Amino acid sequence: MLKKMALATVATVAMVGAAEARDRILLAGSSTVAPFAQIVVERFNNTTDFEAEYNTTGTGGGFRLFCGGVGDDFTDFSGASRAIKDSEVELCGSNGVTDIHEIQLGFDGIVVANSVDGPAVELTTEQLFAALAAEVEVDGEVVANPYTMWSEIDASLPEEEIEVLGPPPTSGTRDAFVELVMEEGCESFEAIAALEETDEERFEAVCATMREDGRFVEAGEDDNLIVQRLEANPAAFGIFGFSFLDQNLDKIQGSVVDGVEPTFENIASGDYPVSRSLFLYMKPQHIGDVVPAGLQEFVTELTSEATFGDEGYLVDAGLIPMSAEERAAVREAVLAYFQ
Amino acid sequence: MSDIAEPTPMGIAQATAGHRDIHQTPEAIARRQRRYRSEARFKYYGIAGIAAAISMLIVLLVSIASESFSAFTQTFVTIDVNIDQATVDPNESGDPAVIGRASFQTLANNTLYALFPDVSDRRDRRALRALLSPGVEFELRRRVMDDPSLVGQTISITVEMSDDFDQLHKGLIDRTLPEAQRRINDLQLSWYDQLVSEGLIETQFNWRFFSGANSRYPELAGIWAALVGSLLTMAVTLGLAFPIGVAAAVYLEEFAPKNWFTDMIEVNINNLAAVPSIVFGLLGLAVFIQFFGMPNSSPLVGGMVIALMTLPTIIIASRAALKAVPPSIREAALGVGASKIQVVSHHVLPLAMPGILTGTIIGMAQALGETAPLLMVGMVIFITSIPSGFTDPSTVLPVQIFSWAGNPERGFVALTSAAIMVLLTFLIVMNALAIYLRKKFERRW
Repeated sequence: MLKKMALATVATVAMVGAAEARDRILLAGSSTVAPFAQIVVERFNNTTDFEAEYNTTGTGGGFRLFCGGVGDDFTDFSGASRAIKDSEVELCGSNGVTDIHEIQLGFDGIVVANSVDGPAVELTTEQLFAALAAEVEVDGEVVANPYTMWSEIDASLPEEEIEVLGPPPTSGTRDAFVELVMEEGCESFEAIAALEETDEERFEAVCATMREDGRFVEAGEDDNLIVQRLEANPAAFGIFGFSFLDQNLDKIQGSVVDGVEPTFENIASGDYPVSRSLFLYMKPQHIGDVVPAGLQEFVTELTSEATFGDEGYLVDAGLIPMSAEERAAVREAVLAYFQ
Repeated sequence: MSDIAEPTPMGIAQATAGHRDIHQTPEAIARRQRRYRSEARFKYYGIAGIAAAISMLIVLLVSIASESFSAFTQTFVTIDVNIDQATVDPNESGDPAVIGRASFQTLANNTLYALFPDVSDRRDRRALRALLSPGVEFELRRRVMDDPSLVGQTISITVEMSDDFDQLHKGLIDRTLPEAQRRINDLQLSWYDQLVSEGLIETQFNWRFFSGANSRYPELAGIWAALVGSLLTMAVTLGLAFPIGVAAAVYLEEFAPKNWFTDMIEVNINNLAAVPSIVFGLLGLAVFIQFFGMPNSSPLVGGMVIALMTLPTIIIASRAALKAVPPSIREAALGVGASKIQVVSHHVLPLAMPGILTGTIIGMAQALGETAPLLMVGMVIFITSIPSGFTDPSTVLPVQIFSWAGNPERGFVALTSAAIMVLLTFLIVMNALAIYLRKKFERRW
């Protein structure tokens, strides 16, 4: 019996040594990009003789892997729900990743929605800021947020307690919401806008800090969970990606923001104010060397009209497409590496 | 104690004379009944506790089972597809490379346009294409690649309908809602109804759920890849944790001297058993992947991390099992001249094995459901192939459940619950095996 045990241990340890050469394309990054990148990966794996995989690490985690260096162990593409930061470009550079190519896939709308059993509302970024910021302007003074009811902010809003479920700070959706709604909305208030001149740090803090008195609830990364909680509580609102509204139109309704309804057409045309770009970043240094074959086929698939075009399969999955000219430019730029 | 009568001189005299009497006084009867009542109450508290636990379990199981129900069937539609020579292989080259790149989607689309010739508007045609799952394209490609002679022929295939129509066929979409609140518009409903009336739509058992790999399309997604990943991970865990755990337990129980050092080890093992699993995940990421450069997302690293986590459970269970072997066995063996190692390997270990196995299986069952540390070592990965070895990237059952729960498509709700059912089945089987082994081999002295 002891002999058998020893053998088992040796066998397990021996397997550790057997590392393999890379035969597949590695993608990692944002969980917002994941649903779209994964569809491309699946199509690619099923319709070519090559293979790819997508690892959901979050935008920041994806760049840490991507910028780790050039070689077998490092990813070829990084999915990001925001543009790459300067600090990340520096990190890449210090590890020898000197060439980073940005491929924009399209847009993703962020919606404010509630249950279909609740009232349909029209909001402005200003009202959203007043409802959700830690500090707001009341009578020319910047004070801790006193609002408890929507109707206190504006008489046109429902007489309901403010309760908004949204993503946590680690989420790209949260970053985008703060940038596109909160930082826009706060500039409509004179006393806060005046801070920009006098005390810029304070201005930024006031604009970007969500309230923490329980009226804004961090509901986790899982948007499905928010949808379920909205269904259970018609008085609550939620903040999440457009594709979750699109899939659950029988349960929830999107609020009008700044006079624009969150529909596919309005987000695509850029009329709806709360939308952000989704990217895949490519490492051209891997072409031909680290990944011997398949990269060209992958980017061809990725940037074909059947993928991210007006009627492409990513659009069916909830991605908002760019204009035809933008798509052509993206395609041309990335395929130039393979000529 | 307070129920016993005060020892008055009178009481003692009575007790010696006729001890029944003091138990028959009205006070004594009242005290006794109070005691019985409190005993009954205590029993009811216990029953209430068990009832609460069972009802919660039933609510959980019923809600998961009822949601999972629809994932075990799948709606299929039978269509005749013309494998058009001009689309697939215009130059009649017969070259697999040419055929492999052909647009099989076009073939499926043409079939739909032929079925509903009145649909000509671009938007309506797009809505029409949404009837079929993208799996059609993959299936057509696979068939033609397997048998290139199909090019130019018309074949009848039965393929998955897309998620939305699958939901509709299962009655999960309310047709009475206003059109804007449905993912299926009125026109699509009429197409669907026509297909139903022609008898082309049927419901089949969803074999793909058990045999397929992961997919971003709910109608194509399966758990087999995650299951294989789990089995590979468990194999690594068992291969490492069992021999190391048993060896450690045997040494500590049978050979180690009792001193402050072994006491320290014992305390540390008990502490290790209580460390949150995510910590092991972080350790695995830092040590196995970043320092030793082992493959990310692989069952090898996942299994090693889980092995660290399971090790204390196995050591503690094994030590308890070894301790339960009576010393007389060891003394008898030593008495007939066996060496210490013979005592352990011929007598003590075989007798302790049922207990050790029970502990190991329970530890493995715990490990099977572990998610957090595996997220840290990159096992939340999207792959569409079945892992074929310990270093292939793969995912595991609980992580698959976690990923599916975050997908927007409606069909994944049922898939998530169905995957939970599969995981629960495995856990029940493993725990039942542990009980069976214990009952069959257990010895009492």
